[in-house]
Amino acid sequence: MNLFFAMLVPLIITGVALYGMSRRVDVYNALITGATGGLEILYRIFPALVGLLTAVYMLRASGALDLAAVALGPVLDRLGLPSETVGLMLVRPISGSAALGAGAELISTYGPDSYIGRTAAVMLGSTETTFYTIAVYFGAAGIRRTRYAVPAALCADLAGFMAAAFAVRLFF
Amino acid sequence: MAMAIIWTGMVCISLLCAAATGRLEVLSAATLEGAQAAVELCISMAGVLCLWMGIMEVMRRAGLADKIAKLLRPALRRLFPDFAEDREVMGNIAANVSANLLGLGNAATPLGLEAARRMSKRSPGVAGDSLCMLVVCNTASIQLIPTTVAGVRMAAGCATPFDILPAVWLASAISVTVGICAAKICARVWRD
Repeated sequence: MNLFFAMLVPLIITGVALYGMSRRVDVYNALITGATGGLEILYRIFPALVGLLTAVYMLRASGALDLAAVALGPVLDRLGLPSETVGLMLVRPISGSAALGAGAELISTYGPDSYIGRTAAVMLGSTETTFYTIAVYFGAAGIRRTRYAVPAALCADLAGFMAAAFAVRLFF
Repeated sequence: MAMAIIWTGMVCISLLCAAATGRLEVLSAATLEGAQAAVELCISMAGVLCLWMGIMEVMRRAGLADKIAKLLRPALRRLFPDFAEDREVMGNIAANVSANLLGLGNAATPLGLEAARRMSKRSPGVAGDSLCMLVVCNTASIQLIPTTVAGVRMAAGCATPFDILPAVWLASAISVTVGICAAKICARVWRD
């Protein structure tokens, strides 16, 4: 199983390249175009990350995150969520860059292969910026009465957080 | 404006909290560390991010997104029964979901918005059951390969940034399932 996941990346890359060639795609050109798109994403999130990582580091240094973790600890414990991830979970539905900043801080503080670091990574990978997405979709469709969309979407987020911590305990 | 309030709030809480706990000096060091960390993070994740964006573009041009969309269609007709007969809406939704699976957010959003606009024509200003379902599906993450997260782990010195994939898939599947069930249950019991 470990060998499979170690080999997964080279296998995907080779497989995609061969599949692309077989469909007569200019594989190299597509790769370069896509990589340029990656740079554009970085260019777009970098200024936000400067602002938000500053704020996250300040919250961490001031002890505010520890206070929040202590205050919400009993509730989080009961849900099987590590209290260190409280900041990440609070900003996740609101801002993608803020969540990325909070997650990156956890991953570098506790280590990428620690329980906290892995849980933070899986939380980031299995949830979305809920409020932002809702605002974009309902804004574009001119919706004023959103009915149950927000509570249902937040249910999915909470389930995602709990499932992330559970899945990390299960697999590692 | 929302972000302005959140950011100002974060900074103000930090200052108050640091003053109350006597950590003002640590706070001032952290301010500069945060900005520096953003630069380091961006540079060290750039490689993985760009590589995977490139791979995804090859997948897209090879027609993989269309293939996935075709496979998804029967399942999506059950999720959106009100629009099962509307070929254009179903086509957009299928393309939206398959682009989301491949992590092509830039391609997914316009397709999803087009479907949302057409759905809203039946009940202007009010989110119908299918539109709520579409939004819930898009607020849950179903990306098969979480590129950015892998980049962040790589930046922190992780040798196998993709070893979290099975955990991400399981957590995503649970999250989406709960979202869909919540939307279906609400559709039955919601009274406005």
